Amino acid sequence: MLLDFNSEKPIYLQLAEAIEDDILKGIFEEDTQVPSTTEISINLKINPATAGKGINLLVDEGILYKKRGVGMFVCNGAKETILKKRKEAFYNNFVLSLLEEASKLQISKEEIISMVERGQGR
Amino acid sequence: MSTIEVKNITMNYGPVKALDDVSLIIEPNKIYGLLGRNGAGKTTLLNLITNKIFPTQGNVLIDGEGAFENDRALNKIFYMMEKNLYPEGMKVKEIYKWTREYYSLFDIEYAMALSEKFGLNVNKKIKSLSTGYTSIFKAIAALASNAEIILLDEPVLGLDANHRNMFYKELIANYSENPKTIIISTHLIEEVENVLEEVIIIKEGKLIEKRSVEELLNSAYVISGEADKADVYLKGRRYIGEEGLGKFKSATVIEDSSLKDEALAKELNLDFAKAELQKLFISLTNS
Repeated sequence: MLLDFNSEKPIYLQLAEAIEDDILKGIFEEDTQVPSTTEISINLKINPATAGKGINLLVDEGILYKKRGVGMFVCNGAKETILKKRKEAFYNNFVLSLLEEASKLQISKEEIISMVERGQGR
Repeated sequence: MSTIEVKNITMNYGPVKALDDVSLIIEPNKIYGLLGRNGAGKTTLLNLITNKIFPTQGNVLIDGEGAFENDRALNKIFYMMEKNLYPEGMKVKEIYKWTREYYSLFDIEYAMALSEKFGLNVNKKIKSLSTGYTSIFKAIAALASNAEIILLDEPVLGLDANHRNMFYKELIANYSENPKTIIISTHLIEEVENVLEEVIIIKEGKLIEKRSVEELLNSAYVISGEADKADVYLKGRRYIGEEGLGKFKSATVIEDSSLKDEALAKELNLDFAKAELQKLFISLTNS
């Protein structure tokens, strides 16, 4: 888990995304424990309140859950939840701006599809 | 859980106003950064909170009680001073024992364990410690005090990068285990930025900022790209810390980051980045 302290994104969001990435990569598997807020804040030298904010975000989104007195765990189905969320973000951040730029450059839908195929063939 | 209330404090040293009508509330269990340039009044403020000196005007309340001549209030606070006031002939381990006389919750075992981690020889006399180890010794005493409020004046003075790294980690570990109010006065803003929850900035004896780090950082943002185009974006906006390198330019725009003009930046091919506390601090305290 590495954060970019120069990034425009707030630290707590970066932390939440880094944990999500690790879940997608299988570093943290479903129903297994993730590092505690304390471990994370010590390790990354960030304020525990900041780390807590990132973790709570994932709890609210149904990606992590708290076992009282034990720690934080990855929810069953977390991978699916993250993929669904990321796909939505992919559509908003990439597809929409791609279509906008394509219309500026007068690129047709067929041309876009052939470009995608060309990219995949690389 | 102790709240410190600084009420309209003015401190005059002869004709010099070291602090000028400063009021602030320090909430319990947060990590604060006390920032200011040399001579801004940081140490004066810490000395006033701990009753080392008396204000010309105003007062300090700890949980609603006056701090002046009030041992009960003062025992809630451990003050790691930049100056060394310990008896120089005493050994480190003797001072740990001695400190417990004043701070009944002082954890000697923990202090010894930390000393070992940092390679501090507890059989050494205070006067024979290097600058770095004097800081380490004082920081350990503060962390082990188990006081509700700890004030750290330049805690990493003379520490090498490795020891500074260890110190921040131990500080966070200590805080996580036993939440307490921590006020860190430091010049090394960059490395402490992410450790802090709130900042207090004083300039020439006046309080100019008391906000969460997140809020403060959101009150500005950095823009960078080709100089001519950056100038177009910057026109009519308040900005600081302009830096150029060849045709490249970057500047910190003093505007809430939610107000940034993404469309214009895209058109001009400019990039956004997060404002740095250090740069904001320089601009806020420069005049």
